This record gives sequence, C-alpha cells and structure tokens, in this order.
Amino acid sequence: MILKQVSVFVENRRGRLAEVTGILAESNINIRALSIAETTSYGLLRIIVDCPLEAERILREHGIAASMTNVLAVNVPDVPGGLHKLLKTLSEHNLSIEYMYHAFVSQKDNNACMILRVDDEEKALSVLTENGYTGPSFIN
Amino acid sequence: MTKYYNEQVETASRDQMFYIQSLALTRKIKQVYENVPLYRQRMQEAGIEPGDIRSVEDLSKLPFTYKQDLRDTYPYGMFAVSMDEVVRIHASSGTTGKPTVVGYTKRDIEMWSECVARALVAAGTQKNDYIHVSYGYGLFTGGLGLHYAGELIGATVIPVSSGNTARQIQILRDFGSSVLCCTPSYALYIADTLREQGVDPGELNLKAGIFGAEPWSENMRREIEERLHIKAYDIYGLSEVCGPGVAFDCECQNGLHVNEDNFIIEIVDPETKEPLPDGQFGEVVFSCVTKEALPLIRYNTHDISAITRERCNCGRTLTRMHKIAGRTDDMIIIRGVNVFPSQIESVLLSIGEVDPHYLIIVDRVNNLDTLEIQVEVSERIFSDRVAELERLENKIRAAIESVLGLSAKITLVEPYTIPRSEGKAKRVIDRRKDLH
Repeated sequence: MILKQVSVFVENRRGRLAEVTGILAESNINIRALSIAETTSYGLLRIIVDCPLEAERILREHGIAASMTNVLAVNVPDVPGGLHKLLKTLSEHNLSIEYMYHAFVSQKDNNACMILRVDDEEKALSVLTENGYTGPSFIN
Repeated sequence: MTKYYNEQVETASRDQMFYIQSLALTRKIKQVYENVPLYRQRMQEAGIEPGDIRSVEDLSKLPFTYKQDLRDTYPYGMFAVSMDEVVRIHASSGTTGKPTVVGYTKRDIEMWSECVARALVAAGTQKNDYIHVSYGYGLFTGGLGLHYAGELIGATVIPVSSGNTARQIQILRDFGSSVLCCTPSYALYIADTLREQGVDPGELNLKAGIFGAEPWSENMRREIEERLHIKAYDIYGLSEVCGPGVAFDCECQNGLHVNEDNFIIEIVDPETKEPLPDGQFGEVVFSCVTKEALPLIRYNTHDISAITRERCNCGRTLTRMHKIAGRTDDMIIIRGVNVFPSQIESVLLSIGEVDPHYLIIVDRVNNLDTLEIQVEVSERIFSDRVAELERLENKIRAAIESVLGLSAKITLVEPYTIPRSEGKAKRVIDRRKDLH
C-alpha cells in the first residue's frame, strides 16, 4: 500500500512541464498518477511512476530538483460514500491528510485508487489494513 | 608564552592612542606637504595648511587619495623621500592598466615587520614555531611580509612560496610546519590535496593558519579549521598601505585589530564621504602616519567594513574592523539603503538550507525600487510539500529584512538556472539602469 512518489520542482514557464514529461518519455518511464500544486512562480509536480528510483536519478541528471517521498495508494470502492468512509476512518484515528489525488490507472475491479500523503504513514498503514483496505494491484 | 608582541601599544588606553596618532599625524602632514606635490596641491585647493591639522579630530578636513592617484603618478610620483632612502619596491598586479608601485625605507620595513609580528603572536606563534610561508615571494607583498615578521619574532621561517602543491605537502609533513600562511582558498586546496593523497591532517604538526590577501567568509573559516585541524586567523592588508598586517585576528576571532598607531582608520559614507559613527558600515579609509616612503593620507580603499573601539576580550584595545563585507564597486542602492551582494550571500549561507547560488534583481515599479532575490532550490532542501518551500521563502525573506532593513521578494528557481562563472560571478541585474 506504501509506494514512492517522485516530486519535481517546476518553474512556471511555458513548455517546462513538457520538458519534464519529455525526459521521462525518452527514458521509457510510465506515469501512472499525477498532481500539480501550483504557486505564483513555480509548481510542484507529484508523480507515481513505474520505476521511481530511476525517474529520480534521470531527472537529477538533467539538473532538475526531484525528491522521493512515501505515499499511500488505497483502493476506494466506486460507490457513493466510498471516499467518505476512508476519510472518516483516518480522521477517527487522528491521522491528518496533507494532500491527496486520484490515480488515473484503468482498473477492472470497481475501485478508484487514491494517493494520500499523511502525517504518519506507518500508523495509517496499520489502521487501513485493520479496516480491510487494500492497495491497487499495479504497485505489487 | 607572550600574548602580545608590543603590549604597550596593543593595550594602550584610547587617550594614549589618540595622543600617539595625533603626534604622528601632525608630523606626517608637514612632511607630505613639503615633499609630495600632489598633497601640497590638493591641500591648497582645499584651503588647508599643515598647521590646521592639530589632532586626529582634524583628519576629516583633509582630501582623500585614491588608487588612481598612484596610477597617475606612476611609478614613484607620490614617494615622500628620495630614492636613496628606498630599500624595497613592491607592486600589485594591475588587472586594469598599470601596476600600483609602492616603496619602503629601512624603517618602513621594520614597522611593517612589527605589524605582521603582532599578527603572528596574536595567532599564538612563538620562537619554536615553523612558519610555512606559501604566499608568493616577489613583487607581491604577501611572501616577504610574513617572512620578515617570522624572522623578527625568532621563529623558523620556511620560504616555500606559492604553487607546487605536492612539494608543499611534502614540506608540511617533513619539516614540521606549525603555522601555515597563504590565501584561504589555497588552504582549502591544500586540504583537498591532502585528502586525495590520503594524508590525515592530524598527522601534521600544523596548529594555526594565517590567511589573507582575499576576502573570505566565516563559513570558509569553519571549513578550513575543520578540514586542516587548525585555528584559522584572518590577516588584512593592501600593498598601498603596507601589505599584510594592516589589521589582524586575535584568538577571539571577533573583528580584526587595526595597527592603528601606524594606520589611522576611518569609516566614511560611500555617498557623502562624511565620517560614519562606529558600528556603521561604510568605506574604509587609512592614513599611514608613520610610513616614510609612501605615506598615503586618507587613502580610500573602497573596501566596506565597520569598526568598534570597544576593548576586545583578548585584552587589546586596538580598534577592530569587521571582516570586509564587500567593495563599493559592488554596492547597489535600493530605496536609499546601501546593499552589498556579499551581505545577501552571508544571509543565505547563515540559513544553511540553500547553496549560495543567487541572483539579485533590482527594478523600479511606480517609482519604487523593488528587490527580488532568486535562489536555487537544492535537492538537499527540496520536498514534496508546498508549505515547506513557502516556509523556506519566508525564512529567507525575514532574514534579509532583518539584516538589510528591506523587504525582498524571494523566488525559488530550478537548480543550475543561475549562470555559473569561473571568475567573478554576475550577481546583480539592475533593470533601473535601462530607465535612465
């Protein structure tokens, strides 16, 4: 359920994001989920890729600031209240979410996959496991 | 072990120092008025006679001298004695135009040697020390300046001169060098080479280093001290004034003691040229009141520093000057505040989370100067949280504001986007210049 996310510092200038995705494409790295947090002068690109260590290394070789962090990937049933139940479970155990986004991986089961950054991932992992949550198959 | 080379002068009361300086100044002004056409002409233009200068308090009535004056009178036009009296010539490498030529009488050499000897003793050097001089010997003042002082205190001087690092290290190991004298950047180069050769600095007999001839930061001092296992002392000087030994560090490393019985220091406003109160940063001006061959009076160095006359914990009462903060050539004025790129660099280094790769952009929007500082994010500090990066921006902004009294826009930029330079880095873009 825990996986490595690569964060990339991207200045706000035309074409810069395409340069970053271009480097990953050339290196045959597949992006499976993505989110961007933006400020007025720069953005933080957060990506889940098939080989994070290699992605980080290649980006750094290109002089791009990249770092890795642990995030949680959790399957959420694609039904009304599915996401709410997950968030309620975390909240009841005093866990805070710093940010979250959706993975755009096509799945055959009726699950959506959420990527979560929490303040205590070890605790979150055990809470979620105890409550029957699983991670998506693509990380196994 | 002696703590001072010349205790009487180095611990003189402020009143005694005022008397020593005033006596030397009044004599010197008479001498230069009589012997140096440039001074006589400048003083006459200013409507001053030698008799108007009765004490140090009258110093600010006198006109300034500049490096350009030495160039205009190249080579010997500002010497105050006949060439028969001159026993030595040094010259600075002229990066632009002609070199600056300086001369010494026999007594000048003795005075200069004593100044450097005070620095050596303040750095704990004794008769039984081995002084390893890696400053260049020749027209540059560094090598011979340290050499004569080492002999004066009776230590063993090893005149290695600069270059050939392999030989430097062999001598460091085999000759028992205990005090290293060179530029701070060469000290780091020696440390690098020691590591490459697998030599543990702990095996050497080195205990102290006396480093000068280029500006260096407190961070660089700590790095040298850690890597060479020594205590690193700063020595300040410029050939026009005498060479190394104009001011020196003591064990407190809390400002450089000026040998002010020989070199009266003033700090003046870079704009108005009026004297500034103690503690305020401005241009450093020296009057060489005991020098015979080339006694520069009110020589404006364009170096930027501040002074304090408080007694140091080492016991010395000599006025202390702050490490050189920059040069007026580099100064920019933003909303009436004098700003030096080096101040911004030291703020960034003190924060410890960013590398000193930065660009200062000054502009004018609606008749108001704006200051933007671009700082590269390093992998060391980069995280996945926007809040973390904003915290860093705020921390830099607050530190800049407290040091400069100016609000600045901090912009984090990608690594390697600020141009690197082998020589003098371009740190400032002043867009206001396009407006004029």
